[in-house]
Amino acid sequence: MRDALFRGVRLLDPASGLDRVGELLVRDGRIADLGGGLGVPDGAEVIEGDGAVLCPGLVDMRASLGEPGFEYRETIASAAQAAAAGGVTTLACLPDSLPAIDDPALVRLLAARGEEIGSLSILPYGAVTRGCAGEALAELGLLREAGAVAFSDGARSIGPALLMRQALSYARGFGAMIVQHPEEPTLAAGGAATEGPLATRLGLSGIPAAAEAIQVARDISLSRLTGGAVHFSRISTAEALALVRRAKEEGIAVTCDTAPPYFDLNETAIGDFRTYAKLSPPLRPESDRQAVCAALVDGTIDAIASDHQPRDADDKRLPFAQATPGGAGLATLLAVTLVLVHNGTLPLSRAIGFITAGPAKLLGASAGRLAAGGAADLCLFHPERAWQVVAGSLPGKAQNTPFDGRALEGRVLGTWKKGRLVFG
Amino acid sequence: MNRGPTKLAYAHRHLLAIEGLEPAEIAHLLDLAESYVLLNRSGQTARDLLRGKTLINLFFEDSTRTRTSFELAGKRLGADVINMSVATSSVNKGETLLDTAATLNAMQCDLLAVRHAQSGAPSLLAQKVGAAVINAGDGMHEHPTQALLDALTIRRRKGRLEGLNVAICGDIAHSRVARSNIHLLTAMGGHVRLVGPPNLLPAGIEELGAAVFHDMKSGLAEADIVMMLRLQRERMTGGEVPSAREFFRFFGLDSEKLAYARPDALVMHPGPMNRGVEIESRVADDPERSVIGEQVEMGVAVRMAVLDTLARGPRRNI
Repeated sequence: MRDALFRGVRLLDPASGLDRVGELLVRDGRIADLGGGLGVPDGAEVIEGDGAVLCPGLVDMRASLGEPGFEYRETIASAAQAAAAGGVTTLACLPDSLPAIDDPALVRLLAARGEEIGSLSILPYGAVTRGCAGEALAELGLLREAGAVAFSDGARSIGPALLMRQALSYARGFGAMIVQHPEEPTLAAGGAATEGPLATRLGLSGIPAAAEAIQVARDISLSRLTGGAVHFSRISTAEALALVRRAKEEGIAVTCDTAPPYFDLNETAIGDFRTYAKLSPPLRPESDRQAVCAALVDGTIDAIASDHQPRDADDKRLPFAQATPGGAGLATLLAVTLVLVHNGTLPLSRAIGFITAGPAKLLGASAGRLAAGGAADLCLFHPERAWQVVAGSLPGKAQNTPFDGRALEGRVLGTWKKGRLVFG
Repeated sequence: MNRGPTKLAYAHRHLLAIEGLEPAEIAHLLDLAESYVLLNRSGQTARDLLRGKTLINLFFEDSTRTRTSFELAGKRLGADVINMSVATSSVNKGETLLDTAATLNAMQCDLLAVRHAQSGAPSLLAQKVGAAVINAGDGMHEHPTQALLDALTIRRRKGRLEGLNVAICGDIAHSRVARSNIHLLTAMGGHVRLVGPPNLLPAGIEELGAAVFHDMKSGLAEADIVMMLRLQRERMTGGEVPSAREFFRFFGLDSEKLAYARPDALVMHPGPMNRGVEIESRVADDPERSVIGEQVEMGVAVRMAVLDTLARGPRRNI
């Protein structure tokens, strides 16, 4: 492979605090050098940045791939296309596929499929329980040994307190965190929207915000009890965020992420029964959206995940309560995160940190940084270039975006995986 | 929306909800229904009006009463009326819904009355069919023709809607009738009082403009109308209400509780009634106070007005 020199780029590496205009040299799939005044090696390809931002390839800590089991929604290959177009080069995939990722061979298979496709490193989560069925513990030790990056039951909340206690306690011995969908199952059962005036008006069964807070409060207590690390996925309410904030002050091993819909949309997006905006957890009132923004600013939230959940038209063209929740998120992760920069909520380097260094640290992955000697996983983007989200013309197979019609600023110009151009 | 001098009396293709209708549109439908009450009582029909038009009653949920009312309304206006009951037992109901839409389009139906257990199902169907869609009750969302017939009943008895106190009692949480009535009555200047145990009042319902009470004495105070709602049997077995007798003790309408309302207060019920659960027979059958039978009569007239109004719009080809 020829050497490649990025020239005239704004080098942005939240992990090291680097933010300067300069050059970056790629050799043999690795970052050979970066900084200022690098000369052009003989025969090197020169990529002119014209002031665009060059940051680490994005790290998405929560996505479903559709494969195995739901290939009609998305395959690993089509998700990889969407990821590349969105600047994502490392992705942690949920285990609640069919079959569930509860066997070491399946962990190895997924990682190998990523290697085979070449544009995306896949970090598989292992199932907490066999079949992600919420009953018996899966073989956490063997899964970890095979490369499971952490444990989760995906969209299913780990319900019984005793089971959660065992999972936290046992996983601790293998140095892995439990990634929880924080929603008390009995309170959430049958719900389609956040409980409140909007759900009442539409005649939809509500899920109270308390369902999230109760599970978060309980699991914080269990983390305190066991010493096991708990991570709450796409946290969405002010009440739960206040609990996490307090637990962090106390030094408990608790972390959390959110996803773009929860800081960019509120419950009114479901409008007149728009099923593309039916998500889990459901979109929340404006006050919760603002609380999520505030928790990003003060660092209560550690990462932003795409929460990519591919759905087919048949999953969504249904009466609201029957439609499958979930939104496509890979292609919009960067641009919706940049909304927080354009509206003055976050500086650029912090925003990018939430989708690179932040999740990489949580996952214990070496990705998400610009460092000499590291893999040349790179994302080149123009922070102001405008585009519009149009369901039906997104990269990849899944088109179920809750951001349909949204005008965004921030476009990926190119994505490189181990020095090889995979998008752009 | 066109608000110029050429504004239509009713400016929508469908009747999916009361929410969003202008007071003038509601008044138009009620006035037209009033004329059909007189026509029906005279024993005459208007069989030319909808001659050559097809009304399909598409019921995904059983309802003899509402379906029959739509059927009669259609026939009195001369429409060809087809009743379709679709089994709801199939695993994937949604597929049935859109498959049915395709079938209906092929049949060139003009008017479609839809009853479905899922909130929003008629809206979804309306996006996919060429016919004008009438929501005949969807989940816990709305039941617009019921609210219209209730309003017509009240208006004929009391001469107005504005300024009246209407107490709606019982299981508000699961009631599409309650929601449509709240929208309609508040739009027309009425005052709605909701009475029920807190767990049968949905979150944020007061934001629709209704006052909330948890006992019949304060809830029925100054009420001109006492509207009782049906409590589903399966809700009285401990999940939401401990027992039928406990519910009746606190929220069932008997003569004693009716005395909390104005002396000339009228009693209404959308039917079918659970006698001895939400209403005592003596009250339900009291000719001085109960207008429950009249509601059924108004139902036919209101549905004639709705069919007549919507049939004037063009059919879209899809």
